Amino acid sequence: MLVSREISAREITSSVLERINAVEGEVHSYVTIIADQALTAATEVDEAISFGEKIGPLTGIPIAIKDNMCTECVLTTCSSKMLNNYIPPYDATVVERLHAHKAIIVGKTNMDEFAMGSSTENSAFFPTSNPWNLKCVPGGSSGGSAASVAADETILALGSDTGGSIRQPASFCGVVGMKPTYGRVSRYGLIAFASSLDQIGPLTKDVRDAAILLQAISGKDPLDSTSIDTPVPDFAGNLRNDVKGLKIGVPREFFAQGVAPEVSKAVWDALELLESLGAEYKEISMPIMEYTLPTYYIIAPSEASSNLARYDGVRYGHRSRHKTDVISMLSKSRDEGFGPEVKQRIMIGTYALSAGYYDAYYLKAQKVRTLVRQAYDQAFAEFDVLISPTSPTTAFAIGENTDDPMQMKLADVCTIPVNLAGIPAMSQTCGYHNGMPIGLHIMGKAFDEETVLRVGYTFEQNTDFHTKKPDIGRGVME
Amino acid sequence: MKLSKSEVEHVAWLARLELTEDEKDSLTAHLNRIMENFEALQRLDTENVEPTSHSMPVQNVFREDVAGTCLSVEAAVSNGPDSRDGYFIVPQVVEM
Repeated sequence: MLVSREISAREITSSVLERINAVEGEVHSYVTIIADQALTAATEVDEAISFGEKIGPLTGIPIAIKDNMCTECVLTTCSSKMLNNYIPPYDATVVERLHAHKAIIVGKTNMDEFAMGSSTENSAFFPTSNPWNLKCVPGGSSGGSAASVAADETILALGSDTGGSIRQPASFCGVVGMKPTYGRVSRYGLIAFASSLDQIGPLTKDVRDAAILLQAISGKDPLDSTSIDTPVPDFAGNLRNDVKGLKIGVPREFFAQGVAPEVSKAVWDALELLESLGAEYKEISMPIMEYTLPTYYIIAPSEASSNLARYDGVRYGHRSRHKTDVISMLSKSRDEGFGPEVKQRIMIGTYALSAGYYDAYYLKAQKVRTLVRQAYDQAFAEFDVLISPTSPTTAFAIGENTDDPMQMKLADVCTIPVNLAGIPAMSQTCGYHNGMPIGLHIMGKAFDEETVLRVGYTFEQNTDFHTKKPDIGRGVME
Repeated sequence: MKLSKSEVEHVAWLARLELTEDEKDSLTAHLNRIMENFEALQRLDTENVEPTSHSMPVQNVFREDVAGTCLSVEAAVSNGPDSRDGYFIVPQVVEM
């Protein structure tokens, strides 16, 4: 539509900003909205187009960025008091790439503080509401990004995923969310939580948009030595509606106790649909999956305790007013700046890494991580993709899971193993229960996002779950 | 392996977190609850298993030793809670 001048980039951005005005008071997706900058950028895009500049797939398209990715001169808080005044002097690589593609950044979205959480309730500022039911959580930690896409407060969004933080909110908010292979997308400028697990990925309304956005942000970055030097396929161009001969493994451990019957049914219905389109599925067993939750909850907090050591009130972020000496300045600044969940995880990590406990906890967890990778390698020798539910339940109510520290974490049991192995995975809507979306989780071989996208695209082309929209708090809009 | 409050205080000191008394109590309970789950890992035989620290097989990612561009000093200290003349000001570190 931009090419044919039916609409201008400014009009697209304005309509998104109007929508934000209309519903943001109920959804609370955004920490920061940069309306003036977005309109200026959109106007510049229109001028460039009028001078004959080529229009790419992201030109003039509004996008929201999770608030843990550095945006030069725009407040970046990680939804934490620790960084509530942090203005980055540089752009994250993914942000630079979006600018190069002339996408229009409209704002920074709310999240669980420092990406630690599964509901966005750990934001130091405010919780975000699920657009399908405002009393429910949007999931986390990329809850603001997922909610903004679901509520049409943006066309596209970026999130980050360490244990499911893109996929689980995508599942709760009825949108598409993908975590690429570890190393596919640069982490430079992503404020680190767990460096061997973190990845940035797209949150979008459909699989084609996810493919386009993934392509734009992927690729080796000299500034991130963990980014892998492998060619980026034409993800969007290679999408096709075809799963003939595809072999799908279904690990039974992901359908165990705790998975709601309606979630299980929706996923099995999806498998039967894929079978009717020419794929084959087979139930398998991956017993190591029972051990992934404790493995993750040793490794991630350990890495976090190291990464968050930099927040000391010296060079940026919150500094305590009560300071008698430098140690007490550091310690008080950190106690005041971090929320309870963050402190909990720093403590677990510090303990697991401390002298006398390192072997029993951290080293042991790293060895179990090897076993997880081997289990996936074995499964992928026989299958092209593995499928499970994304989350054991649909979105829970705000406040429902905040008392028991383990209850919240069980929401991640299907998504966590993927981060431990580094493989790509995507969530998309495969049903609804009481008006709330259910997520289908598709896991692929390392660097085989193409097959994951193809399965998701085929499923979408043969269903209409992705076409439904929330009537902001008033159920499904037909 | 139950954590005592004094062990929690030691870990907090290592992590440079000056916790309140309430925080120490609730963290001791929370941590013990979470750590009950770690015991499950001891059931796994990992005798001959190499640890994985990095999921993708990448090693020694080097670049040429050539100076490139970097942040200016002004930009680098721009977020300092107390910065002056390109320096960050902190309470005295070394005791005289």
